[in-house]
Amino acid sequence: MDLKNNFLKKTGFNWGLPLVIFLLIAFLPLYGSSYNVTLFIYFLLYMTLAVAWTIFSGATGYISLATAAFYGLGIYAAALFGESMPFIFVIFIGGAASFVLAFLVGALTLRLKGIFFAMFTFGLVLLMKEVLYWWELTIESVRGYFVVSYSNNAIFYYLLGLLLVTIIVAYAMSKSKYGLALKSIGENEEAADHIGVNVTLVKITTFAISATFMGAAGVIMASKLTYIDPVIAFNPMMSFSPALMATFGGMGNLYGPVIGAVIFTYLQEILTTGTLKSYYMLIFGSILVVTIMYLPRGILGLFQQLWNRFRRVKSAPTSRG
Amino acid sequence: MEELLNIILGGLLIGGIYSLISMGMSLQYGVAKVLNIAHGEFLMFGAFITFAMQQAGINPLLTIIVVGPTMFIAGFILYRTVFTTIRVRSPNPGVFEGNGLLAAFGLYFVVQNIAVLIWGSTPYSYRYLTTSWDVGGADIFANRLVAALFAIAIGVLFYLFLKSTRSGKAIRASAQDAPTAGLMGVNINFVLSLCFGFGAAMAGIAGSLFSLCYAINTTMGLQQTLLAIVIVTLGGLGSIPGSFIGGFILGIIGTAVSYWQPGLVVASYYVIFVILLLVRPKGLMGK
Repeated sequence: MDLKNNFLKKTGFNWGLPLVIFLLIAFLPLYGSSYNVTLFIYFLLYMTLAVAWTIFSGATGYISLATAAFYGLGIYAAALFGESMPFIFVIFIGGAASFVLAFLVGALTLRLKGIFFAMFTFGLVLLMKEVLYWWELTIESVRGYFVVSYSNNAIFYYLLGLLLVTIIVAYAMSKSKYGLALKSIGENEEAADHIGVNVTLVKITTFAISATFMGAAGVIMASKLTYIDPVIAFNPMMSFSPALMATFGGMGNLYGPVIGAVIFTYLQEILTTGTLKSYYMLIFGSILVVTIMYLPRGILGLFQQLWNRFRRVKSAPTSRG
Repeated sequence: MEELLNIILGGLLIGGIYSLISMGMSLQYGVAKVLNIAHGEFLMFGAFITFAMQQAGINPLLTIIVVGPTMFIAGFILYRTVFTTIRVRSPNPGVFEGNGLLAAFGLYFVVQNIAVLIWGSTPYSYRYLTTSWDVGGADIFANRLVAALFAIAIGVLFYLFLKSTRSGKAIRASAQDAPTAGLMGVNINFVLSLCFGFGAAMAGIAGSLFSLCYAINTTMGLQQTLLAIVIVTLGGLGSIPGSFIGGFILGIIGTAVSYWQPGLVVASYYVIFVILLLVRPKGLMGK
């Protein structure tokens, strides 16, 4: 989407508007109700996860279904180290643990065809859940842990900080030589290999970086739970939601996953009570299918298309934006 | 010794159902190029159709006659509408694989939650052919034996269909190189839809047979999909005979592990997965 006629640039989305929105959100705890702060915690959480997911999967086209595994690992880091260490260290530990796990998974699967990666990440969360459950029950004879809890305002600001770091890293990566290498992998991996990109290393590192933010998010959100066990920590939905949000929003640009996250978090908020939960998931799935069918570049791609038509731009965007 | 016999017999019996699930997935990925994350949901739906008909007084084995074609038609229509649209709009096969996966993912939610809305999320079971025989100290349950024999028969029939009919030849040609097969006069959209339909039918029938032996619930699909993924990798991506044999191997391993540590079955699948990826990613019979 680095076109001259990018509608985001022309409509002030480039720097001004994000800054205003950011400031409005940053002071929310001062003027918003506690309900709004809680709602925004989920907005911030899903934005972070969706942006982090896009760092790797958006650029390369490799679909990662392991977000929940890294997020859950972060939750467990909070449970194990939360009492003995300052919170900020625990966040680093959760991020580092996820980085290591992602690096291992990447080293195992990313040197092979892309499909193995999707296959392997698909069951990772089930594996972690089962092994931890077994470990707690037979080796440690405990069931679950308590987590140090923090106030909603504290969680809010930690998440806001994490989101900011995630977006800055994602932006810096996409503008660097490294991001260019990543993009070339997404366009044509074989060609990228031939022009001298160390394809496997770039993929593994990027996957690990994106997982770091997911782990850190898990640590922060754990303090909202007070009690955790493997079933609570490793919820497959956490893998699926970011993928859907990013796809729906559009992955050509960082605004895509953010917009997708806002829309779906809000939908979830109004629809996930009682029996409506099943309807929410049903809608969720249907929207994903329709988006993939008709808007493979997300609503952002749709807006760009409409903008082009409105401005009568002649040049068509290239295949992947 | 008795335990070993129990494990091997038990593994072979459940292996028949595993083979059927995996052959379906192998067909869908090998030919239609969709890694169907929703595969286990078709199995679950088949199981529930059988359950509903059994409750109405119909012999559960007869329900296969309904489940198979219903699932086939559902799979066929899905591929013809959803996946063909995605395939045509994707600039290259790699993009189709990624987008197809995401769409399958959406289907997973749709199918599972339709089932939850109809049947809730409590487990159901019924009793059918619960007699058992003692073979050298190991128990063989009649329902598991019947399920395994049906699964094997369907697997073998399908293999013969692939090897000896004209449509089977078209499927094999499309598996090797879909665009070229299209140039040779194969109606490619039809054949790919056919494969997806057959895959869905196999999953559905596997579900019917599964419900003969075990309790079913609407959230059981995910684990079955994972199982099928490991077996398909074990047998070799896209290899039908590989998936058939892989089903029995994983059946035995799974049964053995659940004798020793029932909490580590998924972990044992992953151990196999990791070893395969490290040593032989193309699987036992892959090319």
